[in-house]
Amino acid sequence: MFSGFDFDVIERSLPYLFKEGMTFTLTLTAMAMTGGIIFGTLLAMMRLSSYRVLNIPAATYVNLMRSVPLVLVIFWFYFLVPWIGGWAIGAGQPIQVGAFWSSVITFTMFEAAYYAEIMRAGIQSVARGQVSAGYALGLNYWQSMRYVILPQAFRNMLPVLLTQTIILFQDTSLVYVLSITDFLGAAAKIAQRDGRLVEMYLFVALVYFIISFTLSYLVKMLQHRIAIVR
Amino acid sequence: MNYNWNWGIFWQLAPDASGTYFSTLVSGLWWTLGTALAAWVIALALGSVVGTLRTTPFRWVVRLGNAYVELFRNIPLLVQMFLWYFVLPELLPKVLGDAMKQMAPPWASYWPAVLCLGFYTSARVAEQVRAGIQSLPRGQHMAGTALGLTLPQTYRHVLLPQAFRIILPPLTSEFMNIIKNSAVALTIGLMELTARARSMQEFSFQVFEAFTAATLLYVMVTLVVVYGMRKLERRVQVPGLISAGSSMQIAGH
Repeated sequence: MFSGFDFDVIERSLPYLFKEGMTFTLTLTAMAMTGGIIFGTLLAMMRLSSYRVLNIPAATYVNLMRSVPLVLVIFWFYFLVPWIGGWAIGAGQPIQVGAFWSSVITFTMFEAAYYAEIMRAGIQSVARGQVSAGYALGLNYWQSMRYVILPQAFRNMLPVLLTQTIILFQDTSLVYVLSITDFLGAAAKIAQRDGRLVEMYLFVALVYFIISFTLSYLVKMLQHRIAIVR
Repeated sequence: MNYNWNWGIFWQLAPDASGTYFSTLVSGLWWTLGTALAAWVIALALGSVVGTLRTTPFRWVVRLGNAYVELFRNIPLLVQMFLWYFVLPELLPKVLGDAMKQMAPPWASYWPAVLCLGFYTSARVAEQVRAGIQSLPRGQHMAGTALGLTLPQTYRHVLLPQAFRIILPPLTSEFMNIIKNSAVALTIGLMELTARARSMQEFSFQVFEAFTAATLLYVMVTLVVVYGMRKLERRVQVPGLISAGSSMQIAGH
């Protein structure tokens, strides 16, 4: 079964795969995670707000993002971002946005909806007395969020946030549909150039598996360590 | 801004001469649903079996079940799609592999997509089923044994009927996921809804109309599924149990 295998093609393309491809994948994951968690937390706070002008748009955004496929969202933003950019700087025509920034914006906006649901559960998991205590101490909304509620919410939800990030890491492979050279994209290019689809795709699967499996194992360990005994 | 809106585009003929753009989008929707439903059958069947096996007292069976789940959970769906479509036919015996490659056009990408989505989702269903069974009080199992039921009988008559009713909400979201994930099949050439919207955009240059229509169709499907499952949940709810499933898994797609 493996007799016709050409392991050499993998070895030859390793520098390209990791230097070009994996660097893109990891940078995209890190930036989308940071942006997604910040924007997602803001969305969660909006959703839990008692002002309807805040909670209705936030809920609509989150539900909309969660009911369409990521591939469609990638296409949407790929075409939408140049127009919005042009409008924002008053250029009167769509501006050029590179593939990298287009995907950073896409994944930030998309994953924010998922992070928002996690953070909402996190904020709701903080005992109501904590909020009251914050206000009783004279803190305003932002102060009580900053010093009392969000630190606890983050701690409670840390494993789930990290699990979502592993999913994000796997999802970034979908930038393939825009022919971007992420890890999978780089492998696909070599696979098609050299006619070595079997070797390259099996290797990609193996690398993704090792990384995701290790990370999810670490998350599990972390979960045991930081679990609060109540 | 100088984008030329043209909502009438949907009633113009598509270049593949199969009808209007609107009708190609709708037939894309049927392909999406057809793929998702066929894959869901596999996912539910395999997932239930694997999930159940993971709660049995046999250590090796549990380990195999865990390995199965980890395997399908830790490889991106797109990569799995490529493995089913490009790699599997090469690794199979030549006759089978050639037969897979020579299927008539829509089926050559339809079946790999169905198998891929089915197996991928089955791992997630297995996780829910395991969690559902383990969330039952231990006494349920013991009571089954005390009544003289064998292990399979205990599962069949005591544990599984309760577990499935508990995990209905997370299963709903897995069903939604399988519909959304079927869009990934466009990479192996399946003309489902997203692929149709994309090709409509390429032929007509009406980017935003095409994607708006696809988005609306997906939202409609979501609303119908959520409404239907709510009704089902209410009908099969175990009286006196708070829906234990709702808090089980937030991360995911």
